[in-house]
Amino acid sequence: MTIPAHSRRKSKYQPRAVPEIRRATSAMIASLDAEGRDTIAAPFGHALADLARTRDDIVGLSADLSKYTDLHIFAQAHPDRFYQMGMAEALLMSAAAGMAREGFTPFATTYAVFAARRAYDFIAMAIAEENLPVKICCALPGLTTGYGPSHQATEDLAIMRGMPNLTVIDPCCAVEIDQATRAIADTPGPVYMRLLRGQVPNVLGEYGYEFKLGKAQTIRDGGDVLFISSGIMTMRVLDAAARLATDGISCAVLHSPTIKPLDAETIVEQARKGGRLVITAENHSVTGGLGEAVAGALMRAGAHVPFRQIGLPDEFLDAGALPTLHDQYGLTVDAIAARVKTWLEA
Amino acid sequence: MPTGTEHHGSNVSLARRAWAIRRNALRMGEVQGQGYIGQALGIADVLAVSYFHAMTYRAGDPEWEGRDRFYLSIGHYAIALYAALIEAGVLPEDEIPTYGMDDSRMPMSGMAAYTPGMEITGGSLGHGLGIAVGAALALKRKDNPAFVYNMLSDGELGEGSTWEAVMSAVQWKLDNLIAIVDFNNQQADGPTRDALAVGSEAPKWAAFGWYAQEVDGNDLAAVVDAFDKARNHTGTCPRVIICNTRMCKGIPFLEDRETTHFIRVEPDEWAKALTLLDEEKPL
Ligand SMILES: [Mg+2]
Repeated sequence: MTIPAHSRRKSKYQPRAVPEIRRATSAMIASLDAEGRDTIAAPFGHALADLARTRDDIVGLSADLSKYTDLHIFAQAHPDRFYQMGMAEALLMSAAAGMAREGFTPFATTYAVFAARRAYDFIAMAIAEENLPVKICCALPGLTTGYGPSHQATEDLAIMRGMPNLTVIDPCCAVEIDQATRAIADTPGPVYMRLLRGQVPNVLGEYGYEFKLGKAQTIRDGGDVLFISSGIMTMRVLDAAARLATDGISCAVLHSPTIKPLDAETIVEQARKGGRLVITAENHSVTGGLGEAVAGALMRAGAHVPFRQIGLPDEFLDAGALPTLHDQYGLTVDAIAARVKTWLEA
Repeated sequence: MPTGTEHHGSNVSLARRAWAIRRNALRMGEVQGQGYIGQALGIADVLAVSYFHAMTYRAGDPEWEGRDRFYLSIGHYAIALYAALIEAGVLPEDEIPTYGMDDSRMPMSGMAAYTPGMEITGGSLGHGLGIAVGAALALKRKDNPAFVYNMLSDGELGEGSTWEAVMSAVQWKLDNLIAIVDFNNQQADGPTRDALAVGSEAPKWAAFGWYAQEVDGNDLAAVVDAFDKARNHTGTCPRVIICNTRMCKGIPFLEDRETTHFIRVEPDEWAKALTLLDEEKPL
C-alpha cells in the first residue's frame, strides 16, 4: 500500500541567510510596548483584589497561569479565595460554573487560546447555557505574543461571539481594564474579557474616558475617516489619526470595547454621519471579529457606507518578535496610516 | 446530620421505591414509544437508595440551601431521574404523559432550566464531575455540610475532563463529593469494555486517591451499605461508588434482549412490561 504524503504548512522550513539585525522573539510574559505612554502594572489583578475587599462572593481560579494573567496579585491579597485548578481548562470552567451555581462570582483566567479553543464546550454548557456569572479573563489576545499559533488567539472573538448569553469585551488599556473588571463583576451572566497584563499602557485616561458596558464611545472626532476599533488597535488608530492629521486627513475614532452585545445603534449612527470612510481596526482575524460584526450591523440597518477592515489575515501566523509581526501583518501606526492614504486616494 | 427529607424513617421499603421508579420510567417510555428505558431500569435501585436512604432534601423546596446536591451528568438518564423525582414528590405524577412532549418540563435530555430537581444541564458528557468539584469547593467556603453527588456513566470515563476532575477532587480533599458511576458496560457504539474502560475501575480511582467501592448496583442491601460507607468514611478524600448494573433490570424479557444503548421496545411491549412489573410489586 502506498499512501502519498499530504502537502503541509511549511512556512519557514527552508534554510535562509541570517540577517545582521534581528529582533528577538518576544517572550510570552513581555508587556506590550507602551509607545511613549505611561504604564500601569497589572491593572486586572489590582482591580480584582480591590473589588474583593468589599465583595465576599468574588473568587479567582486559574489553570496554571495566574502569574501570566495577573491573577497572582489577587491571590496574594486573598489567598483563601484563590483556587489553583492546575493545567486543566475543562475543569477550570466546570469548577467555576459549580462555584457560580452556589452563589459565588468566579473570575477564571487562562490564555485566550485555551479558553476559546480547548474549553469551549465547557463554557457553553456548564456556564453560558444557564447564564451563570462566571467572568472568563484571558491573556494573550490576538497577536500579542511572538510564540506562534499555539499562543496567538487570533480567532477568539469569532469563537466567543458565537456563544449565546456571553458578553465579549476587548479593552484597550490599563484604565479600561480596571474599569471593565469592576463593571463585569456587577453584571449578571457570563463574560469573556480579553486581558493585557504586566505593564499595560494608559491610553484612554487622558481623554477622560469611562468604560460603559455595551457602549461604543467617540474618543476623537474627524471628518474624513471613521475608525471603529477595539482593544490595542484603538491605541494604534489614535496614533495613526494624529499622524494623518499632519497630512490634513481628519480621522474620528469610535472605540467599541464591547464586541457582544455590539453597540449597533451608536455604530450605525456614526457611520451614517457625513460621508466618511468607515474602517474597522481589530487585533484579531478579519474573519468573525469586530469588523464583520460592524459590517453585519451596518448591512442590517441599511447603512451602505464605504467600508474597509484592518485586522489579521485568516491564517496561522508566523513566530517572531512582536514588533516584526505587527509590521508584517499591518497592525502598526505606519501601516495603518499608509493604508488609509491609499484607500482615500483610490 | 441536617434534616429535611420527608422520607427518612418512612415505612415504604426501598424495594417498593425502586419498583415505583421503574414503573414511572416505563410509563414515560410508553409515552414516547422510546427512551433510555434500559438505563432507567438498570439504575432504579441506585436512585432509590439515593433519594430514599442517603440524600437530605425537601421535596417541596428543590433549591433548599441545606439539600444534598444531585448532579446528573448523563442527560439521557433524565427519564430515570424524573421517575425518581416523581416518586420523591419533587415532580407531580400527573405530568408523566408530558414526557418528551413540546412544552413539557421533562425533556428527553435533562436540563436545569426545565425541571425542578434537575440541578445541572447534562448531555455533553464529561461535565458533571468538574461542576461537582466547583460546587463542593463552594459548599466548603460556605461551611455548608451538604454532599454533592454526581451520577456519571461508564462511557463518561472516556472523557479526559472527567479525569481532570478526579485529580482535582483529591487535590482539594473534597470529602463532601460522592461520585456514582453506572457501570452497565454499554455506551453508544457498544460495550464500554471494548472502548476505553478496559477494567479495574475501582483500583484506578483508588490509585488517584479516592475512597473507591465497587458494588452490584442492583443489590439494594449492597448499595445501601456502599452509600453508608461513602457518607461516613472519615478520610479527607472524595468517594466513588462504581455500580455494576444490568440494563433493563426487572423486566426479564427486556433483560434478555440484546443489550444496546437505545433499547428497542415494540408498541405492545410497554403494557406487557408494566403488567410483569405489577405482578412483582414489593411490599
Ligand atoms: Mg453506560
